Amino acid sequence: MDPIQTLVKDLAEKHGRSRESVLPILQGVVEQEKFLSERSMIEIAREIDIPAADVYGTATFYSFLETKPTGKFIIRVCKTITCAMKGKNQILFAIQDMLKISLGETTPDKQFTLLETNCLGWCHKAPAMLINDEIYTELTPEKVREILTGYMKVNVNH
Amino acid sequence: MATSNQLKRVDFIFRNENDWEKILSSTLKKKPQDLINELISSELKGRGGAGFPTGLKWKLTAESKEKEKYVICNADEGEPGTFKDREILSRVPYKVLTAMAICGYITGAKRGYIYLRGEYKFLLPELNKVIDEFDYYCKETDLDFKISIFMGSGAYICGEETALMESMEGKRGEPRNKPPFPTQSGFKGKPTVINNVETLVHTFTIFKYGAKKFYDLGVQYSRGTKLFSVSGDTPKPGIYELELGMSLQDFVYEFGDGDTKAVQVGGASGFLVPRKKFKDAAIGFKGKLTGISLPTGGSMMLFNSSRSMFNVLDNYLEFFREESCGQCTPCRVGCQQLLLGIKAVKRGEKPASYLDKLLRLTETMQYTAKCGLGQSVANSFSSIVENFREEMIY
Amino acid sequence: MSKKVNITINGFPVEITTGKTILEAAEEQGITIPTLCHHKDLCVAGNCRVCVVEVAGQNRLSAACATPCEEGMEILTNSLKVRNSRKQIIELLLAEHNADCTKCYRNGNCELQTLASEYKIMTQDFIELVPLKHFSIDAYSPSIIKDDSKCIRCQRCVRTCAGLQGVNALTVAHKGDKMKITTFFEKAMRDVVCTNCGQCVNHCPTGALVEKNYIEEVWEAIANPNKHVVVQTAPAVRVGLGEELGMKPGKSITGKMVAALKRLGFDSVLDTDFTADLTIIEEGTELLTRLKKALVDKDESVSLPMATSCSPGWIKYIEHMFPEHLKNLSTCKSPQQMFGALVKTYYANARNIKPEDIVSVSIMPCTAKKYEAFRPEMHDSGYRDVDYVLTTRELAILIKQAGLDFNKLEPAKYDRLMGESSGAAVIFGATGGVMEAALRTAYEIVTGREVPFENLNITPVRGSDGIREATIKIENPVEEWAFLDGVELKCAIAHGLINAKSVMESVRAGTADYHFVEFMACPGGCLGGGGQPIPTNPEIRQKRAEAIYAEDEGLPIRKSHENHEITKLYKDFLKEPLGEVSHHLLHTKYTKRERY
Ligand SMILES: Cc1cc2nc3c(=O)[nH]c(=O)nc-3n(C[C@H](O)[C@H](O)[C@H](O)COP(=O)(O)O)c2cc1C
Ligand code: SF4
Ligand code: SF4
Ligand code: SF4
Ligand code: SF4
Ligand code: FES
Ligand code: FES
Repeated sequence: MDPIQTLVKDLAEKHGRSRESVLPILQGVVEQEKFLSERSMIEIAREIDIPAADVYGTATFYSFLETKPTGKFIIRVCKTITCAMKGKNQILFAIQDMLKISLGETTPDKQFTLLETNCLGWCHKAPAMLINDEIYTELTPEKVREILTGYMKVNVNH
Repeated sequence: MATSNQLKRVDFIFRNENDWEKILSSTLKKKPQDLINELISSELKGRGGAGFPTGLKWKLTAESKEKEKYVICNADEGEPGTFKDREILSRVPYKVLTAMAICGYITGAKRGYIYLRGEYKFLLPELNKVIDEFDYYCKETDLDFKISIFMGSGAYICGEETALMESMEGKRGEPRNKPPFPTQSGFKGKPTVINNVETLVHTFTIFKYGAKKFYDLGVQYSRGTKLFSVSGDTPKPGIYELELGMSLQDFVYEFGDGDTKAVQVGGASGFLVPRKKFKDAAIGFKGKLTGISLPTGGSMMLFNSSRSMFNVLDNYLEFFREESCGQCTPCRVGCQQLLLGIKAVKRGEKPASYLDKLLRLTETMQYTAKCGLGQSVANSFSSIVENFREEMIY
Repeated sequence: MSKKVNITINGFPVEITTGKTILEAAEEQGITIPTLCHHKDLCVAGNCRVCVVEVAGQNRLSAACATPCEEGMEILTNSLKVRNSRKQIIELLLAEHNADCTKCYRNGNCELQTLASEYKIMTQDFIELVPLKHFSIDAYSPSIIKDDSKCIRCQRCVRTCAGLQGVNALTVAHKGDKMKITTFFEKAMRDVVCTNCGQCVNHCPTGALVEKNYIEEVWEAIANPNKHVVVQTAPAVRVGLGEELGMKPGKSITGKMVAALKRLGFDSVLDTDFTADLTIIEEGTELLTRLKKALVDKDESVSLPMATSCSPGWIKYIEHMFPEHLKNLSTCKSPQQMFGALVKTYYANARNIKPEDIVSVSIMPCTAKKYEAFRPEMHDSGYRDVDYVLTTRELAILIKQAGLDFNKLEPAKYDRLMGESSGAAVIFGATGGVMEAALRTAYEIVTGREVPFENLNITPVRGSDGIREATIKIENPVEEWAFLDGVELKCAIAHGLINAKSVMESVRAGTADYHFVEFMACPGGCLGGGGQPIPTNPEIRQKRAEAIYAEDEGLPIRKSHENHEITKLYKDFLKEPLGEVSHHLLHTKYTKRERY
């Protein structure tokens, strides 16, 4: 068994093999792999015995279940109204400038992917962004640079 | 309508009371029927947006003869400008769990789920700890009720109750046809109570202090208190528990920055109220005798005169275009048309009168869309276009 | 007694059976409510919203297809509010649609077009979305073309592929404005589990899913003086074609069809029924041989039940979904492919025509047969056995293009060689027909007597239930088959792949003790095939089935083994069933395929 098979099997052991387990398993794969490859979706379909097309259809409905390769850290900047009013664009510029990528892209070293997302539920502390599951609020370009530098350091240490 | 010039701040929801075990055990000694009556007499209405009477919802589910039933706490909180449920779950989660267990006792459900939006995944460790404690308590006291968390994965529409259930069943979060309603056929086709996080906490308050205490707050048709998520152009963004029925004028007096041009009540799917209508608008559920009443999930976004209402609408429409599940024609195509339409008018590619065609379109969406998302796009669209027409054109 | 509710429709009080939807109630009253996502074969979706009606006291409109009638409802199906809303919904659909009707394959038979025409949508105020999107066309499959720019996202195809067929090749993916109908990982249909059955084509209201047509290729072949163009027509075509030419469902028009084919310029008009009879001989012999091996020789390697193999949609399905059970399949090719292999050998020889000069065309109720003809192994004559497969619908197009007044045609007879057929072959077109034909012959071989049913009509295997079972007890067999004395031959019939799936699951689980199972990919069998006239629904299929059984009863020969041309074929060419020549030309192998 290759790592994907093992991962899917373990997740199925944990969450069960019924249709209701699909989302938790998809989430589990994304947590490990950051995105859902064709391979992993086939394994999920096989493991819980549902059509592969259904796995794909379900996965693509959810914006946090990426189906394209992403970096290790997925940055999701909130683009909804309050964040938009409170300087989301400056935040985006700062990130793009620092990572030298545009929206939707991944850095060549596969560390960061930059995406936009809808309201994160931190409008009173706008602008806000998520990096993987971690929330950052009341962002300023300076603060963003600091945060990203932190992530880059983590990366170097590994 | 509340006529005082002061907002009535209240502190029930976040009041830290470490007595949930006591409340739970004493409530479970009462007869389910009495508890339902208590809840009905409180006139509590759902705080998730639709405002359905909570007591009635529980009653309908309790009356079903099915053996398998479910209680679901809707913590998908995706409405732009809403962030109160997160705060509840991080500060007083045990009140939510207690309320769910009581609901289980009343309705006969043995399983409870919290559908937590993916964006709030960081709440998981703490929440799971509380649930473990709660589980332990249930075991100790032979209470046959188990709560688990189900994570969302970034889809606003999954806050709609039937879409949420589809999602929990491992499918695309596409809203179902209603009827049947969840009280009859919900999660896995079984009778299900689904309530907003805040609604559940209010039931805790009611079971603890009695319906009267709750009923005495607020105004006719809109009893009790409500959490408001305040954001935008305000010096005091944050979460506030206020009595229902206040006038928007008073609200702006308290929270505005002195230059408030308009307030969006109820998030992107709610209404935009321009300055000239502040004094006529009251925050509460439909059925009020005077003025405009605005049902609300509690999102209050303030805009000052530096903001372009075109940009605001553009932002909302982009949100709906992406977050619509896409299954039904009026909503899927309608949202795209509205967004492209206002841009075309702004650029002069369509005449100003095209806005009227779009307004008629929102009416059609309101009448014919399959679920609340498509039906309520008309709210913000018409309230913005009608009140700020010049800003749409020039 | 079913309970009733009292409602009014457009002011008229009516009593309706509890549980019926507003749509059904209106239909009972003779009121048509327009629909797009609704289909009688499928579960309710309620997503297109064109069926909205007004219910008194409600501000919002209700979807008639998805709303049950309740006591006291006052329903308006044509109020101004309803009309205006509906009209705008149609406008919205058109704004998202590549409404280039004159260049569309479904022009003239399209539900969206009909609605647009009924509601007189003459202008397009909304912004055209088609130029802004990157819609793709998938034309890689030999059977089906999928054009997303013509899709109205009613999900009928998805519900068909899942609910009727249990294949789930299609899915809805993404959400919001990006929502679309696609396959696993948005691959081409030819690269996924699609069986090419064409049911999605039959159930699509628009031109988003259509057959791949070979009309021009066939015209070219006919026009080529150096080619001898042979055409074969499948059993179910004769009871469907009329619908495409303006007749009511349930008319059998064999003679006129043959006449039309002759006028179109085919050099020889022959009948797939001929090889249907041949299939019965080969398959029947195969079954008896398997039974002998299993019951007398106790040969463990023999797989029972034996499954029929004449439905290429079913073949592709089992290859994907139950590859471990391929040995249960009869090795017989489908009648189409037997025909193809014989045309370029036996027929070519007898008529003294070089096989490379023969173009072999078949008219099928089926899109899977297009794929089947393309299978690499279908080259046993040394050439491609069947060159072009046209559906019933494409034949109707040929007839219309040629300007034939179909009604005025004098019925004609099939040409010979390979044009004779029995009633047993005709009923191949209906679910249960292959079984019935096989039993008529096998029983007689084994016992020397006709099947003990009145007028040879084996009614227990007929009908429309998705899965049917029948048992026939064999008594007093002739000596050669003495070992079958007292054996109860257990048979089953499944049509629609969702039913095939459940039979196969019990076979896999070992809980099915059948000897012989007939599988047809399409609901109703070939008469409900993916290449048959659109629309299709249970009533229409019922009518076609009645026509097929009537045709059988009207024929002088009702048993495959009595077909004179078949006898001659064995005498002159094949020698014996399952013989060496048969093996080479009439039998085939199957391929294990991936399920995911
Ligand atoms: C598009 C849409 C999104 C919704 N999102 C939420 C949500 O995030 N949280 C919530 O509690 N209710 C949401 N609702 C309302 C739910 O459908 C449902 O009415 C609510 O959970 C019932 O709980 P309540 O009676 O306690 O309000 C949403 C409704 C719609 C139409
Ligand atoms: S209104 Fe929008 S979100 Fe609701 S079902 Fe229709 S397309 Fe989906
Ligand atoms: S699908 Fe129908 S409406 Fe669309 S272009 Fe074809 S015929 Fe016209
Ligand atoms: S041809 Fe049949 S199997 Fe293929 S997608 Fe259509 S319905 Fe499904
Ligand atoms: S392909 Fe046809 S059946 Fe499928 S959703 Fe599109 S229009 Fe409907
Ligand atoms: S608008 Fe960005 S967090 Fe709500
Ligand atoms: S036919 Fe009723 S919603 Fe489509």
